[in-house]
Amino acid sequence: MKRLFPILSVVTAVLLAYALYLALVVAPTDAQQGDVYRIIYYHVPSAWTAFLLFLINFVSSIVYLIRRNPKADMLALVCAEVGVVFCTVVLVTGPIWARPVWGIWWAPGDIRLTSTLVMWLIYVSYLVLRRFSTSAQTQILAAALAVFGALDVPLVYFSIWFFRTQHPQPVIGGGGSMDPRMLHVLLINWLAFLCFAFLVCWSRFRLELLHREVEEAHAMQSLAGDGVGARASVPLSRSQK
Amino acid sequence: MNSLWTLTLATLKKDIRLEWRSKDALNSMLFFSLLVVVIFAFAFDPLAEESRHIAGGLIWVAFLFAAVVALNQTWARELRNQVLDAYRVSPAPANALFLAKALGNFLFVSVLEALMTPLFVVFYNLHVLGPAWQLIPIAILGTWALVVNGTFFAAMSLRTRSREIMLPLLLFPISIPAVLGMVAGTTAVLTGDNPAHFYIVLLLTYDVVFTTACLGLFETILHAE
Amino acid sequence: MNAVKFLFAAYIITWVIHSFYLGSLVRRFSRLREQLKELQKK
Repeated sequence: MKRLFPILSVVTAVLLAYALYLALVVAPTDAQQGDVYRIIYYHVPSAWTAFLLFLINFVSSIVYLIRRNPKADMLALVCAEVGVVFCTVVLVTGPIWARPVWGIWWAPGDIRLTSTLVMWLIYVSYLVLRRFSTSAQTQILAAALAVFGALDVPLVYFSIWFFRTQHPQPVIGGGGSMDPRMLHVLLINWLAFLCFAFLVCWSRFRLELLHREVEEAHAMQSLAGDGVGARASVPLSRSQK
Repeated sequence: MNSLWTLTLATLKKDIRLEWRSKDALNSMLFFSLLVVVIFAFAFDPLAEESRHIAGGLIWVAFLFAAVVALNQTWARELRNQVLDAYRVSPAPANALFLAKALGNFLFVSVLEALMTPLFVVFYNLHVLGPAWQLIPIAILGTWALVVNGTFFAAMSLRTRSREIMLPLLLFPISIPAVLGMVAGTTAVLTGDNPAHFYIVLLLTYDVVFTTACLGLFETILHAE
Repeated sequence: MNAVKFLFAAYIITWVIHSFYLGSLVRRFSRLREQLKELQKK
């Protein structure tokens, strides 16, 4: 198991490099947008990865609420955090793509980007709750919030969708079908980013295990009657270090 | 089911009686609502042609801030007197407590809205171009959407640092579809440009989904404190 | 040509964001390992 991580890291790095090569060199130039459209090869896979991570967060949170399995809770936290990182990438690359193509940074009726923004806000609030909660049962509160957040996502999507039909606005990233060669490059990039996301989540998971180990050690020390240990255990917030 | 409602109404009546006796919170919040309307009147020119287009948004943002101020003290009394511990130990259904609080907040925020609306109408010279009766379901469903989640998140925020900021921080992102529905629906009715039906359905769906979620998870939250 | 600037900006920023996050993970790891070492010493 220990050796798997470095091997996977090398594979992922190679895959990412290959995917980048495909995106920049091999993929055909778009007829309308020129070369700028190649942002799609980073923008869309990041979005798909973020959605997947948030979905895993939703499922783990439900599992945690039903079974109180601590590993489920850790998985939820990890996926939320890494998901927010990928979501940030989506929100930054989106406007960077929109500006040269549409002349605007942001269109409020752009259903995909706006829904992504709301998702980002929801999961950041989830992470804030986890950091700021002083309850002994932060995990349960966070799991409940995760359920609320996930229920909200389709509502966000449809509310913006209807708003758009009454106030037509440009869709950044375009719609419609895709050249199969472009789709192929897109999927390879997604695969590369999925592997990368997996590695990051694995690392974050190990970090969380270490964090809980340290917390336990602190607790043991306080119980052992060591006054120094009790004092030192205060700064560690619940599960966000 | 019967006992749930009896308990809810009893708790609600108690809360109303207590609020009415103290009146402090009531009065300060009424004044806060008035201030918000006045500040908005200064910030956004009410004489502009497009005022009807933005009034919907302004009204609901004002309601949102007033609601957050009201929601923040939802559980304050319970916290002071260890009522929550008593509730956890008693066999009473937790949802009765939640419903009572949510309904109390709903009544209170509705009173604030009823007071702020004429002020907005006056400052912004509003007259409704679309079917005015549709504003009633929008107001009811929209207010309930804010209040039901707000009451729930207020309970979740009880044991957090910076409790007062935690409530809006959790509430606002989740409320975005509802806010969109309220604002777009109100604007649609005010301007008469578009039908507001879908927004009413959206708000109704939102209310059903999240009322169910709150009722389903409140007991878990209560015991998690 | 001007538009291609945006393309490279997007790619670079993506990896900047990921680097920041990975960096924070590394920092947290080392801090926790130090704390664990100190606790195990006592």
